[in-house]
Amino acid sequence: MAAHTLDIEKIRKDFPILQREVNGKPLVYFDNAATSQTPKQVIDVIVDYYENYNANIHRGVHALSQEATDLYEQARIKIQKHCNAAKAHEIILTSGTTHGINIVANGFSSLLKKGDEIVVSAMEHHSNIVPWQMLCERTGAVLKVIPMNENGELRLDAYDALLSNKTKLVFCNHVSNALGTVNPIKVIIDKAHAIGAAVLIDGAQAAPHIKANVQELNVDFYVISGHKVCGPTGIGMLYGKEEWLEKLPPYQGGGEMIAEVTFEKTTYAGLPHKFEAGTPNIAGGIAFGAAIDYMNALGFDDIAAYEQELLQYATEKLIAIPNLKIYGNAASKTAVISFNIEGLHPYDIGSILDKLGVAVRTGHHCAQPIMDFYKIPGTVRASFSFYNTKEEVDVLVSAVLRAKAMLS
Amino acid sequence: MSITEIQEEIVDEFSMFDDWMQRYEYMIELGKSLPMIKEAYKTDDNIIKGCQSKVWVHAELVEDKLVFTADSDAIITKGIIAILIRVFSNQKPADIIEANTDFIDEIGLKEHLSPTRANGLVSMIKQLKLYAVAYQTQLN
Repeated sequence: MAAHTLDIEKIRKDFPILQREVNGKPLVYFDNAATSQTPKQVIDVIVDYYENYNANIHRGVHALSQEATDLYEQARIKIQKHCNAAKAHEIILTSGTTHGINIVANGFSSLLKKGDEIVVSAMEHHSNIVPWQMLCERTGAVLKVIPMNENGELRLDAYDALLSNKTKLVFCNHVSNALGTVNPIKVIIDKAHAIGAAVLIDGAQAAPHIKANVQELNVDFYVISGHKVCGPTGIGMLYGKEEWLEKLPPYQGGGEMIAEVTFEKTTYAGLPHKFEAGTPNIAGGIAFGAAIDYMNALGFDDIAAYEQELLQYATEKLIAIPNLKIYGNAASKTAVISFNIEGLHPYDIGSILDKLGVAVRTGHHCAQPIMDFYKIPGTVRASFSFYNTKEEVDVLVSAVLRAKAMLS
Repeated sequence: MSITEIQEEIVDEFSMFDDWMQRYEYMIELGKSLPMIKEAYKTDDNIIKGCQSKVWVHAELVEDKLVFTADSDAIITKGIIAILIRVFSNQKPADIIEANTDFIDEIGLKEHLSPTRANGLVSMIKQLKLYAVAYQTQLN
């Protein structure tokens, strides 16, 4: 992979939180897969909104409302361009990935019948399992699972065998949150389309590392969260092809999503408002747009190149620790390392790392089926971002060694 | 000794430590010495599900006192359990119901009782008290 041109020290200055200490030690933040940190450029946009433009949107005749509406709609266009959607109204602003998935799962309730099948991958986050199980309960459809191999890669041969004319929907993450595996989604999408099934890709973990092009992928639905890409929490995107979004019924009723209301009948607003009932997270939406701008100014190719460098460096350092095992060794993965040390519980390791100022995630990462596959209670997960450094990886490695010495 | 006296004793012991490392090392030692729950009692019924570490608790009444045994799959959790058992086991149910757990804060382990740590300890204390309530009813 080509070398990056990022000035990491300069970038780190954009993130006020990276200057703080935890338990008397400089913070080493390696929980980026849970949420990314927020640069000053995005924080400023949120402050600016509340100081200068705060107003309800899409309905006021006054200047503030107009300005806030313009900013909000500009953010939608930024997001549209970022993922190369054909139309701005194919971008539904949601509260996050989970919300986006639920809009689609709920919508399909009226389109599925008993005996229909939906296919999901074995490495999904609970948020991309539970809504579909609920959908199955409502409709009598059956959930089928694409298995994975020991390296944490989906078995495409098994996927082929699962597809049939009964298959109506396929769901898969672009990148696994627990393992970092980058899934071959283009192949998964094309095969599903060949038998007439629709596809939803959960892009939550891919979004910070990979710029997905929804038209090139020809994906039907793609969902992401703002807080994984340096934006605020409580905002996300559901991309849906226009034809699909037109077909799905609204998810929530309320203001903003209607055209006309009488007590006899309500007609719904057109896209995207049909799926955006109630006052949205206006500041969040505008800041989401600013976060996308920030990431694009750095450049996703450079981000990916640098993160791969960090991943390789950290992998080499960590596997040198005796009895340390890394879970997820896919040929293509993002900067995530899930590991355990033989005989030690991930919770214990995480507790000591926290005392040493290193923030990692421990547990099942909301992906219990993966933990069951490996027959482990959970893992320690270090996930890296473009603002992390090799020096921080060294701190992690010595903290793991210290935890190991204390716990063994 | 009463529950309060035992708590004071533990606070005293922990006050000798200068930093978190020593506190954790002591807890890990305690964890290793935790009197094991009988394997027969490590059933799903006795499991207190935390998000991350599993905790098993068994209670039985010996004369008028409750005796607890427990275990966990995480060693730091076990250390805290060992402390809780030292405080609450071999006490009368009425005293267990009344007892508070502020001493955990005083010995610098408050973070482990935060619900966000999701290690099952908050649920464990609740469970110990529920056992006490159940046996108290039986004694009445």
